[in-house]
Amino acid sequence: MQDKNLGLSSILFNRSVQGIFYQIVTLVLVILAVLYIVDNTASNMIARGLASGFHFLGVESGFDIGMTLIDYSPTSTYFDSFIVGLLNTLLVAGLGISIATIVGFTVGIARLSSNWLIAKLAESYIEILRNIPLLLQIFFWYFAVLRALPKPKQSLELADSFFLNNRGLFIPDPVFGEGGTLILYSFIAAILISIGIAIWSKQRQNKTGKTFPVFYSSIGLLISFIFLSMLATGFPVTFDYPELKGFNFKGGIKLIPELVALTFALSMYTASFIAEVVRAGIQAVSLGQTEAARSLGLNPNQILRLVIIPQALRVIVPPLTNQYLNLTKNSSLAAAIAYPDLVLVFAGTALMQTGQAIEIIGMVMGVYLFLSLMTSIIMNLFNRFMRVAER
Amino acid sequence: MIIRKLTILSAIVSLFTVSAATAGTLDTVKGQGFFNCGVSQGVPGFSNPDSDGNWSGIDVDVCRAVSAAIFGTPDNVKYVPLTAKERFTALQSGEIDVLSRNTTWTLSRDAQIGLEFAGVNFYDGQGFMVRSDSGITSAMELDGASVCTNLGTTTELNMADFFRANGMSYEPVVFEKADEVVNAYDEGRCDTYTTDKSGLAAQRTKLADPDAHVVLPETISKEPLGPVVREGDGDWADIVRWSLNAMIEAEEFGLDKGSASSTCATTGNPVVARLCGKEGGNGAALNLGDSWSYDIISQVGNYGDIYEANVGANTPVGLARAGSPNASYKNGGVLYAPPAR
Repeated sequence: MQDKNLGLSSILFNRSVQGIFYQIVTLVLVILAVLYIVDNTASNMIARGLASGFHFLGVESGFDIGMTLIDYSPTSTYFDSFIVGLLNTLLVAGLGISIATIVGFTVGIARLSSNWLIAKLAESYIEILRNIPLLLQIFFWYFAVLRALPKPKQSLELADSFFLNNRGLFIPDPVFGEGGTLILYSFIAAILISIGIAIWSKQRQNKTGKTFPVFYSSIGLLISFIFLSMLATGFPVTFDYPELKGFNFKGGIKLIPELVALTFALSMYTASFIAEVVRAGIQAVSLGQTEAARSLGLNPNQILRLVIIPQALRVIVPPLTNQYLNLTKNSSLAAAIAYPDLVLVFAGTALMQTGQAIEIIGMVMGVYLFLSLMTSIIMNLFNRFMRVAER
Repeated sequence: MIIRKLTILSAIVSLFTVSAATAGTLDTVKGQGFFNCGVSQGVPGFSNPDSDGNWSGIDVDVCRAVSAAIFGTPDNVKYVPLTAKERFTALQSGEIDVLSRNTTWTLSRDAQIGLEFAGVNFYDGQGFMVRSDSGITSAMELDGASVCTNLGTTTELNMADFFRANGMSYEPVVFEKADEVVNAYDEGRCDTYTTDKSGLAAQRTKLADPDAHVVLPETISKEPLGPVVREGDGDWADIVRWSLNAMIEAEEFGLDKGSASSTCATTGNPVVARLCGKEGGNGAALNLGDSWSYDIISQVGNYGDIYEANVGANTPVGLARAGSPNASYKNGGVLYAPPAR
């Protein structure tokens, strides 16, 4: 009798049993809440006569988009407009991240310069740009760029092939003719050989301590391979030059001013944050490391490359990832200056024409979530690769 | 402890069992003493705030008419400025009760998006504006042009149709806010600015040098603009619809803002007497007071009054009514209201 009682109560008052019980209750409540929200939304949508579902993705869109990286016309589907918007977002995010990284590292290192003028210039750059709201900066660059540039008929030109006016920057488009694939193959071959040289030189350095100029030899290989293959095939590259026809230039590659202004504003703004991240990372490496490296006889370039930066990167990478994520998400401000990104094209025009706000906003949120998660996965892998090997 | 847990549990259960019982819009509006009316962020002549924040315009007057019909005064309206992109979501979600924001009546909006159009207060069509010094005289010369316009409008689809039908190419430059479109066009980003012709006339007043621009003669679409309500509340839709119709019918029978009180005192015409609220029981049918239409006409005006005061030939927008579709059907226009009886 006593034993039985003890057995039941020992189960009831067992901590882990209680823990599992409460977790199950919580889980059930969460699932019920989600079901309730979904059901409530669906019944309200039916009550108000709203269309639902994803059938609209296969329907002809009927509108045009100013800048497309794939073939697109008003007869394309809403799904195509989604892809166009997505690619435009990826383009501006990719360009922005690359430029912001280069500018940010430069300014961050400049801020630590022993030259007073350079250090103060870098500091003022950081303090001005990171303290002005991004949307204002985007408007500033857009209208500043538009106002400064001439009309198409008075375009600024370089060598009759590059043109700049308030409709954009027009550059020649290379067209590869017969034998173009050989050039591509030789380019790939040069890269593979360079990688081989890098591995061989690393092994040789580990054994003998002798170094080899990998960087310069790779550049030399690339240039000579491409030149030789072009010589062999008789220079099969022609250029499609932009030409002034009617209102504007036709042919060539066109960079619209919205893309230029948005990329510029996003990368300059984010660069000011990256600069601070870089400065913090470098200052986190103690001075003793530099002194130790110097006493080993490394030159200043080697000290920065082999001692300071690998250790600083451990501190830099996690906040740098944040900045990359911010830049990607901030690119949705594109709608303000007519750059046809995902938000403007899909969550703007397509949403208005179909009225399917829940589906479309859901898709757009999913895309930004996916992009952000991918960025942080890649940066986490990089961080793991960069961590100091404890011996 | 147990009691507390039971309370929480019962609260959660009740959350699931309470059904969303929605009261009619009219009762809600009467209860709170005002209604929310969605307007533009500033289109002169249609809905535009002055420096004191007072709204005016032909679209605003539709809201004022509804307010006069319900409350006997045109001022119990809260105006909510919306971009073209936000407007339908604001109406669907209940943030506004009436959308009166130069909105084009189309099949897909009426049938698919959960909207109900209550009528037409302005018949419009899409046109193009260009710089006078460009030498362009027809929309057929616009091949290859950069075209500035607004996001989330029928305009985007119409221009795609127009350029495709005529085998021409163009570069769309689409902005979210009307002011940014005007600014970019003014800065020379685009060769032409397209929107409804009334919109072109209104936005032109905001350009640095309005006289240096011309509106091309072609009208490439039909744009019947009118007030919109949520689908599913027929009583509320009726009030908005008949407030507009009352203004149109009042003009047809010569009842205007200035003379409403004297005409109503002496009239022997049964149509006018019904509009004056003296007979017919129209108010009860709409769940409103008998003087609803008299309040609209005497305080807001008839259709002719609101047209001439906001967009007529003597205003900065300057759209002559004679010869346009907005003239009464008796004068060759298409403005025609069903009888208020």
